[in-house]
Amino acid sequence: MIVQTLAFYLFAVVAVASGIMVVGARNPVHSVLFLILAFFNSAGLFILLGAELLAMILIIVYVGAVAVLFLFVVMMLDVNFVALREGFARYLPVGALVGAVLLLELLLVLGAWVVAPGALERAGVPIAPAGEVTNAAALGAVLYTKYIYLFQAAGLVLLVAMIGAIVLTLRERTGVRRQSAARQLARRSEDTLDIRDVTTGSGV
Amino acid sequence: MNYTLALPELFLAASGMAMLIYGAFRRGNPTREVGWGVIAVLVVALFITGSQTPGNGALFGGMFIVDGFAVFLKILILAASALAVLMSQSYIEREQMARYEFPLLLLFATLGMLMMVSANDLISLYIGLELQSLALYVVAAFRRDSARSTEAGLKYFVLGALSSGMLLYGSSLIYGFAGTTQFAGIAASLTAESASIGLLVGMVFLVAGLAFKISAVPFHMWTPDVYEGAPTPVTAFLAAAPKLAAIGLFARVLVGPFGDLVAEWRQIVLVISIASMVLGAYAAINQTNIKRLMAYSSIGSVGYALVGLAAGTEEGLRGMLVYMMIYIVINIGTFACILCMRVKGRMVEGIEDLAGLSRTQPLLAAALAVFMFSLAGIPPLAGFFGKLYVFLAAINAQLYVLAVIGVLASVVAAFYYVRIVKVMYFDEPGDAFDRPIGWEMAAIVGVTALAALLFFVLPEPFIGEAAAAAAALFAG
Repeated sequence: MIVQTLAFYLFAVVAVASGIMVVGARNPVHSVLFLILAFFNSAGLFILLGAELLAMILIIVYVGAVAVLFLFVVMMLDVNFVALREGFARYLPVGALVGAVLLLELLLVLGAWVVAPGALERAGVPIAPAGEVTNAAALGAVLYTKYIYLFQAAGLVLLVAMIGAIVLTLRERTGVRRQSAARQLARRSEDTLDIRDVTTGSGV
Repeated sequence: MNYTLALPELFLAASGMAMLIYGAFRRGNPTREVGWGVIAVLVVALFITGSQTPGNGALFGGMFIVDGFAVFLKILILAASALAVLMSQSYIEREQMARYEFPLLLLFATLGMLMMVSANDLISLYIGLELQSLALYVVAAFRRDSARSTEAGLKYFVLGALSSGMLLYGSSLIYGFAGTTQFAGIAASLTAESASIGLLVGMVFLVAGLAFKISAVPFHMWTPDVYEGAPTPVTAFLAAAPKLAAIGLFARVLVGPFGDLVAEWRQIVLVISIASMVLGAYAAINQTNIKRLMAYSSIGSVGYALVGLAAGTEEGLRGMLVYMMIYIVINIGTFACILCMRVKGRMVEGIEDLAGLSRTQPLLAAALAVFMFSLAGIPPLAGFFGKLYVFLAAINAQLYVLAVIGVLASVVAAFYYVRIVKVMYFDEPGDAFDRPIGWEMAAIVGVTALAALLFFVLPEPFIGEAAAAAAALFAG
């Protein structure tokens, strides 16, 4: 028990601290590295909750794909992050004020929080106890039955996002040399090589 | 489960993907064929929807509902989308935008709208909304070499993402209260006494997110810029079907799960309705660009439609549906006229470019005059009936102040609509517009103008349909 509590505080503190560093770091590459650290610690929190599938997905998708993509973007785009952050000190008081007001309002909302009668029973999804069925099986059992509509519709949203990205960036340019595997394979040595007998001493 | 209820959506999704494959593998430029294919698919889906007997069928574990309200809106959405795709056909070829993804994105946006009006769960609401919005962000930025179009797309995207964030935050608070995302479950766990502050805050966030999508004041900032910057057929599309879907969703959310909180949300709807009507009336006065003017006009129109919703009664909802039905017909006609504004092969958008149109193209000028008088609400044109039914409902619900402000705002708005007629009929002609305008445009302008002109001859069937749709929502 004490180990779990300690692990929770370790993961939580590191996650929050690296979250602050993501925003605060001067070097954008450091920001992304701290982001990866934050992801890893959140994955640790998921494991403590018994959600091992989500933890693995977080690492594979977010660290493996998203954060690496961020790293590429940060390295390839020459964005002057120092200039972007120039107004930080100037806008800090206003930002802090808005943040404080929002926090106060949220606390008021949470303080007066009422749950509808029977809400907790409705929210609980009946699944087999953790020892008998794995996370992946439990998720799959509802994802492809109860939530099939949302699953398919979310797939369509991703399809539209893909079409959009291609439409807005793909340019048909003339004069581009493209690789054509068929042409390369169909090339014979006779078409390109011309073997001549050159008499010694006379040149080509 | 009776999957035939979802047949229009399944058909749209399957044929959209099939045409995507066709377009990708076809040599040459398949834009025109795909465009006609999309129109055909939309029309077929329209007939499938029309043949459905709506009997409150819920599908997919209650996430998707088909009732009279949904069917009514779906028919209008599919018709409006098909007309918008038809209008865009020759434009995208002329303006070097001929890529087959354009009609397909409009098709997927339409699919998203159908999912929105059938949503019966907070999650399916959100997914439908995102499918629609994502496709619209892309088509708004479709002419990527134009800085204005790109700006329009980016602005729309950033503000749309913000509104989605608000909507999701509100949804999470509602889920925290009710323990379910299903509309029926929320309605069951909610009585006027049990509503806590947290739930109300959640509802306000949800309403704010949806108000962004219908561009009601104070969430309207994006509308003029996006309408002006986006390519004109995209603006025509934006002003018709998505607005209808979003306002239908708005009504379903407020009347369905939050039906018992009518006293709470009526205040919000009242305020945004009055603000939209007043801003739509005053901000449009100084506009010189006709697309920008139509943006403010659409903000005002949303205000009038919300008058009906603010009444919170079945009669009010009927008024709202009648208003929206007439509004999209007039809007499509007006945008078809705007698409004909071409001088020497170049699109023009200024109101002064219309000068003397009555002498160069009398029929087009007459049609545009009918649309403008109709938007102003002058009897016996169709627009008058739209406003009549919402104001009647407001008066019967004892919202006298709202009705009076609405009538005053529509008097102010009449000024700029009538000014366009004045420019067309009494100013000296400038450069004449290019002819011919094409048979699609002529047909759309002619049919919508006749509809606006002759609506008073036979209004009963349409109003009866709207009344049945409103009754279905209140019964469900």
